[in-house]
Amino acid sequence: MQDQHTIAADTAPGIGADELFGQSPDGLTSDQQARQQRMSILANAPAAELIRLWKTMKLDPGCELLRGPETGLVALRGRIGGGGAPFNFGEATVTRATVRMEDGAIGHAVMLGRNHGKAKLAAVIDALATDPAMEASIEQAILVPLKALVAERDKTRAAETQATRVNFFTMVRGDD
Amino acid sequence: MYVAVKGGEAAIKAAHELLADRRRGDRSLPAITLEQITEQMALAVDRVMSEGALYDRELAALAIKQARGDMIEAIFLMRAYRTTLPRLGYSQPIDTGKMTIERRISATFKDLPGGQILGPTFDYTHRLLDPSLATDEAVPEPQTIEQAEDLADEPMPRVSDLIAGEGLMEPDSAAPQYGSDWDEPGDLTRKPMQFPMERDLRLQALSRGDEGFLLSLGYSTQRGFGRSHPFAGEIRIGEVDVEMEVPELGFAVSLGRIQVSECQMVNQFKGSKTVPPQFTRGYGLVFGQSERKAMSMALCDRALRARELDEDILAPAQDEEFVISHADNVQATGFVEHLKLPHYVDFQAELKLVRRMQSEFFKANSHKDADEEQEAAQ
Repeated sequence: MQDQHTIAADTAPGIGADELFGQSPDGLTSDQQARQQRMSILANAPAAELIRLWKTMKLDPGCELLRGPETGLVALRGRIGGGGAPFNFGEATVTRATVRMEDGAIGHAVMLGRNHGKAKLAAVIDALATDPAMEASIEQAILVPLKALVAERDKTRAAETQATRVNFFTMVRGDD
Repeated sequence: MYVAVKGGEAAIKAAHELLADRRRGDRSLPAITLEQITEQMALAVDRVMSEGALYDRELAALAIKQARGDMIEAIFLMRAYRTTLPRLGYSQPIDTGKMTIERRISATFKDLPGGQILGPTFDYTHRLLDPSLATDEAVPEPQTIEQAEDLADEPMPRVSDLIAGEGLMEPDSAAPQYGSDWDEPGDLTRKPMQFPMERDLRLQALSRGDEGFLLSLGYSTQRGFGRSHPFAGEIRIGEVDVEMEVPELGFAVSLGRIQVSECQMVNQFKGSKTVPPQFTRGYGLVFGQSERKAMSMALCDRALRARELDEDILAPAQDEEFVISHADNVQATGFVEHLKLPHYVDFQAELKLVRRMQSEFFKANSHKDADEEQEAAQ
């Protein structure tokens, strides 16, 4: 099975040869990897917690909406037998937004659900984080806590799930 | 033929107002919230998402509330809503091998890597009504067992991969030719159905199909109508990451997670002229925690592979056109329920016809009777 996460860098639009220098194993530059991680963390974050953490940064930047926030559908794909040929098996609501900050920085957000406020805020945070001066503080104030929150929830769930782990014993027939 | 009718606006308005009133019910009781529905009627929400073919818990809860708990009406509302939204893209295929497991069981292997995990199941309950749920009694927090660090990342290989090495299990599906990618899968929401159908389209239709219909068909295969000797090789329920490539970025990002139920049904296969005896599989994949549906889907998927596996098509569950054409409960309810709409002109025509045929029948009979009487008299 080929790796679907691999994106051939030479076919990706907007990537110059210079940027490809020192690329990661999956063909992305370190900036792209950072954005990929950032957008994923923001997409997976609970909206209320994202807003709360944003408020702690006490920022009020001006921005222009280039696209959205708009809600549409993403067709979801599975694989036959789990690892075979892809098939479509339903859709999910998805919301995206693209913003331009006053300094010209562009930010993107795309996430499941229909929360326009969350998508816009995530796009703003994404744009701000492209500024090397802001990147570290956003990482510390927003991304690290959000990641920890999801990890904590997963850990609790895993522990609850593990408590239901079962060992079946095969009985010999005719045993009394 | 259906002839349109006019009028009745006032009555229809009053009927809808009455519906709204009855939906709200006794005003002295608090209105049910969407959060209460998603949290406490979670499996109903899952069913509406699965058969509505739209993953959005809040919308499904709203649909259930609006439909007064009528599941098919709620599913209809979801389908209608999705038609109002633009399609922004296709996700990358989800990887159920990387699922955050909430339940994982196998009826074929007792000791499998990753273990058997019961999760929040109705299995092994006594099916006795619990009076404590009639009140708001406090529910204790669930037990927890911290996973050892080295086990936290323990892989949960799919059961189907365990004996695949021996060559006893068919592969997931025929691999694409070296150097080329899988074919672009078909999409029922974009193109009308045509038979015969490929497996990817069948799975899409089954995944959104009516749980009751698929359950009964699956059951029929077990009872001998298309014998398939199934074992529940593996059932896993949990969350998977949804990734989509964003064209303007040139790479895929995670959009969030969805909960799915997956079933690998394993079936003995005695082989054909070209294929040696081995185990074949039926596959089920549905939204949310919907184990019964995933199992039924897997049974139907396997039965519908009869043509591909060179098996005799003898039973209803193996009849692709029959199963796929009738699995969608929104289509089914639309056609069945349209019968209650005014068919006055249509029926007037039939009334006239039956009146004429009946009078001809009696006329012919009276002639016959008269002839017989005459004969008797002679």
